[in-house]
Amino acid sequence: MVKARNLEERLIRMYKQNDGYFWIGGPGEEAFNVPLGMMIKKGMGLDHDFLHLHYRSSAIMLAMGAEPIDSMRQMKNVAADPYSGGRNFANHYSKREWNVVPVTSTIETQYATAIGTGIGQTKKGCTGITIVNGGDAGTAEGEFASSLVWASRPDFNLPILMIVTNNQYGISTPACTQHGEKNVADRGTAFGIKNAVIDGNDVETSWFALKEAIDYVRTERKPFLLEARVSRLYGHSSASGANFVAGEDDCLVRFQNQLEKAGVLSRKEMDALHETYNTKMIEESKQVKQESMPSGDTIYDHIYYGQKGRYW
Amino acid sequence: MANMAQAIRMALHYGEKNLNLEHVFGEDVGPPLGGAFTVTQGLTKSWNSPLDERGIVGAAIGLAYANVRCVAEVQFCDYIYNTIDLLKIGGMSTWASNGDWPTPFTIMTIVGAGIRGSIYHSHSFDATMTHIPGFKIVMPSNSADAYGLMLACLKENNPTMYLAPKALLRVESEGLIPGEPANKKELKEMIDAPLGDRSKWKPRWPTGLEDATVEIGKGKIVREGEHVTLVTYGRHVLIARDVADKLKQEGISVEVIDLRTLWPYDWDMISNSILKTKRVIFVNEDTEVTNFGEHLLRRTIEEHFYTLHARPRLLAGAFVPGIGLADPLESASVPQASDIEKACREIVAERP
Repeated sequence: MVKARNLEERLIRMYKQNDGYFWIGGPGEEAFNVPLGMMIKKGMGLDHDFLHLHYRSSAIMLAMGAEPIDSMRQMKNVAADPYSGGRNFANHYSKREWNVVPVTSTIETQYATAIGTGIGQTKKGCTGITIVNGGDAGTAEGEFASSLVWASRPDFNLPILMIVTNNQYGISTPACTQHGEKNVADRGTAFGIKNAVIDGNDVETSWFALKEAIDYVRTERKPFLLEARVSRLYGHSSASGANFVAGEDDCLVRFQNQLEKAGVLSRKEMDALHETYNTKMIEESKQVKQESMPSGDTIYDHIYYGQKGRYW
Repeated sequence: MANMAQAIRMALHYGEKNLNLEHVFGEDVGPPLGGAFTVTQGLTKSWNSPLDERGIVGAAIGLAYANVRCVAEVQFCDYIYNTIDLLKIGGMSTWASNGDWPTPFTIMTIVGAGIRGSIYHSHSFDATMTHIPGFKIVMPSNSADAYGLMLACLKENNPTMYLAPKALLRVESEGLIPGEPANKKELKEMIDAPLGDRSKWKPRWPTGLEDATVEIGKGKIVREGEHVTLVTYGRHVLIARDVADKLKQEGISVEVIDLRTLWPYDWDMISNSILKTKRVIFVNEDTEVTNFGEHLLRRTIEEHFYTLHARPRLLAGAFVPGIGLADPLESASVPQASDIEKACREIVAERP
């Protein structure tokens, strides 16, 4: 969690120092996303979990073993960015080796593509599941309804964990001004999809809720809709300033207090951990600044698989 | 010979048996209907999906990520427009991941006018689709190509868009697909589902079907000619061919190119033909503004301006919101044989 928070704050600093054109990310979702990342059956192909993520998922990736410096490379859009080669915004991950499909800026389309890997994973004996996440505002899009319908077809249920991280906002628009439903997860009930609403700012709650949901999807081969109430600590994106938002419940502060109270870690130890990551990431961001941009003559590369250069 | 619907059906059967085709789905694609145009009757891997084009296209992309090969059908291209952002994603994933992800999937959709389909069963999709990079886009004009281009799509490691001209789905072509019985009545009895109760029906597939892949990116010269080049695809290939045959009797020699693949298209074939005839007309039925033919015109002008003996032309659909149902309305909306004939006569009469 500390590493993930440090990364997001480093990315924001990079944006503010003109080392990147745009920031969007997930500070405030660590209590939910770190446990999720730790539970992924990581690997490539149908017997591993497929991840259709949105752009607030850095903590999931780090918990799976991603290196912070690679996120900085994408922030700075250098050629060595392993997720998009400098083509995409920060936190738009893609990693075939781990079944992380390309994150898109389009809202909610990931719920439609999740249907496909879910269908693939209905194959007999398959142990992998599909996990898709997105925000609350995007659930108004048609693709969210698509995923509910397709995942719950009679006799053809799909092993998909549908996650909605509900931060109560769509950019600047409060959810309560646009949505009449009390909980997004309630929509699952109409489709016979098991669902739950949890406090995603609490590590323990998130851990056990995710464990239950993932175990259910993995063993029953049926969908689960999990709504996690989370915070958005730096606003929507750099478009809204990327400044710390006072008054939001900070899951990291809460967890640190719990750890301190329980005597697991002292405040000094936790501060030291923060400082270690901070120092390391400052050095890494300096390194990234020295790395090369992609060359303009590569724009035609990879339009087709294995193809390079202008082909027409 | 097989009609186009039967040819596509046999290609999908071949794919199920030999090319790891695991899912064929869409609205009414599975039994009992087997597709609104019977294209997917009798297949073992076909199934009905919810009435949800976004789900259909999204599922196809996801299956591609899972490396599970599928053909997903959108019943009419008129209803594919609500999937544009997913089509963009499908065409983009390999590029956006800097080459990390292959995305092998095929979307098949039924296109074009010619059967009095009214406002929402007559649209074309080639102009819109050729604006979406990352796909390979094919459109057959005869049964052998319908069969061979589908096999090519099923072998691709990239997104493919298979545009099937609805006016041709019941049209039989000359020649046989390798393995197809010569007697068309016999073929019908073997692979066309009977009317009425089909619950116990099973197809008897021709046993000797062969791999007769038509390479993506290669056009075909349907009629050789000297005076003017007609470049077209889909159902207008048949119309252009008939016009060429008619004009030949009057001494006007028309070369007809069936593009077969819209993207990436066979520029060498077009270019060589233009260098020979020095006159070119592009023909298609999608709306004329920002039409794919306009791109071909632009390239013709940029590369062959000083070679041309007449201004190049585009015959395309009228820029109107839809195709009106009444005969005179449809005829006025999309190029007719008489329009093509007139354009040919005018262009060969034109002197530099």
